[in-house]
Amino acid sequence: MLDLQIVLASLLNGLTQGAVYALVALGLTLIYGVLHIINFAHGALLMVALYGVFFLNARLGVDPYAALPVMVPAMFALGYGLQRFVVGRAGHGRDENILLVTLGLALVLENAALAAFKSDTRAIETAYTFSTVNLAGAMIAVPKVVAFFGALVVAGLLLALISRTDLGRAIRAVAKERQGARLVGIDVEHVFAMSFGIGLACLGAAACFLLPAYYVNPQVGNGFVLIAFTVVVLGGMGSFAGALAGGFIVGVIESLGGLWLGESLGQIGIFLVFIAILLFRPQGLFGASVEKSGHA
Amino acid sequence: MRELAAIGVFALAAAMLPAFVSSGFVLHLAIMVLYSTLLGQAWNLLAGFGGQYSFGHALFFGTGAYASAALQVHLGLNAWLALPVAIACGAAAGALVGALSFRYGLRGSYFALVTLAFAEVFRILANSVQFTGGGVGLLLPLKESAADLQFSKAGFLHLILALTLAGFLVTWWLKHSRFGAWLAAVRDSEESAAALGVDVVRVKFAAIVLSAALMSAGGFFYVQYFHYIDPHIAYGPAVSVEALLGPIVGGLGTLFGPLLGAAALQLLGELTRNLAGDVPGVSLVVYGAVLIGMVMFLPRGVAGLVSRRGA
Repeated sequence: MLDLQIVLASLLNGLTQGAVYALVALGLTLIYGVLHIINFAHGALLMVALYGVFFLNARLGVDPYAALPVMVPAMFALGYGLQRFVVGRAGHGRDENILLVTLGLALVLENAALAAFKSDTRAIETAYTFSTVNLAGAMIAVPKVVAFFGALVVAGLLLALISRTDLGRAIRAVAKERQGARLVGIDVEHVFAMSFGIGLACLGAAACFLLPAYYVNPQVGNGFVLIAFTVVVLGGMGSFAGALAGGFIVGVIESLGGLWLGESLGQIGIFLVFIAILLFRPQGLFGASVEKSGHA
Repeated sequence: MRELAAIGVFALAAAMLPAFVSSGFVLHLAIMVLYSTLLGQAWNLLAGFGGQYSFGHALFFGTGAYASAALQVHLGLNAWLALPVAIACGAAAGALVGALSFRYGLRGSYFALVTLAFAEVFRILANSVQFTGGGVGLLLPLKESAADLQFSKAGFLHLILALTLAGFLVTWWLKHSRFGAWLAAVRDSEESAAALGVDVVRVKFAAIVLSAALMSAGGFFYVQYFHYIDPHIAYGPAVSVEALLGPIVGGLGTLFGPLLGAAALQLLGELTRNLAGDVPGVSLVVYGAVLIGMVMFLPRGVAGLVSRRGA
């Protein structure tokens, strides 16, 4: 039997790792909840944001956390433009087309990064990269603790935005009933683009919280994309609280799986959970009971 | 009938190619076009005719590739005998995914996601298990003789041509059979098809098994031609993308779409390699851009362009 102390440490590590997954998944779940499209380029766009944070640090010496006010609006603008001029135009009213366009987008971004930056893995070093805090005997890296609280704050802000503001009300209206929203004078295309933009803004924040304890290379998004989908499906497509809880659950599964099955085989737990949830409870643990097959 | 004649003429021309061309480069290009066509035909069968968009067709490709490679390496099985085994294993993987996802009514994006996840599970397994050689992969021993299915370029051209021809005939049969009509009805509207008495789950199940069988033949060919397979090649996303890109560029749900698409993409790939040199990633940037452009401006593919002019 494994030492309880090790299990506890692994649990805490999983929770902090899960916070990062939740950050990535929050944007994905917003985009899905409103546009009913699965954004396959989400991982590649996270990679773009990570390079942004990296170069801000390497070239201009900007601290990753100080990069937040730059990265969040920049990613928002990128998302708004992408939805307005690329993804939205290619739909032709068919969800499969949007799926394919985001896949194409992922290919372009990932390989453009490969061509421009080579496949080198880059990391930054800050004063706090290697500092740890002692939580009940388990050593947890400081950046991971920051990311944990960052995820909570971002989720709270998103919830407030959706439930308290006019934009949030419009987003909810469009998510529920597109035609009806159009009829009462909501600019649906604008709301789509805003949702996509906010979804990517979450990625900008995620990148700032992630990089101090992580690295970036052109393929870095791949590792996140299926995990983010798992989190979103687990929590229920379109649910913020679900994404947060799903992130923590997946982080813990991965961490404990790695402990018992080893690094390479440990990842399999996530995908098995993913498949099981898709098959048996596609509305997710917390999702409202939507029609089984979803919208696509 | 005109379609069958066109297939026959094409097959004849391709089969005679080595008699006129001795350039290894041209023959290799022809082989890659046919191989890519086969992958496209497999995906097209399920997505173009059945409306089920898989993002994880690498699952079937990799299973076919590993089944034959492992049997040849570990048990010394003859390559010719490994072909039916590879196809059976691929079809079994298709049956597994189909039984689970169609039984539980997964459609659209959910189906795409679940296929991707299955491919990922198999990639991790192949990476962790001794039988598949782990992350190092499997290397086929060199035994140059036709009895061991290792030939010259011309021999490989004929092998892949035979497999692609099978893909053509299956697709042709699909277009003209009752089963194909059921599948098209399911694609256009599952509810209406079910109301007319079509057993939707069974039709989709048969389609994915057929598609997986073709795809695993592609995996088998890959191993025989390149003598090597590893988890990333077998179950990684690149093969899944290659399988879907060809039919989308060429024309989804058409008989010749996968061939048109494969030819266009291989030529485009060569062109970018010539223009951009060996900068990694450039050819895939072009592929991604082509995918976006096709969906935006030509959702019916190159074949759609041709038939629109004809109409």
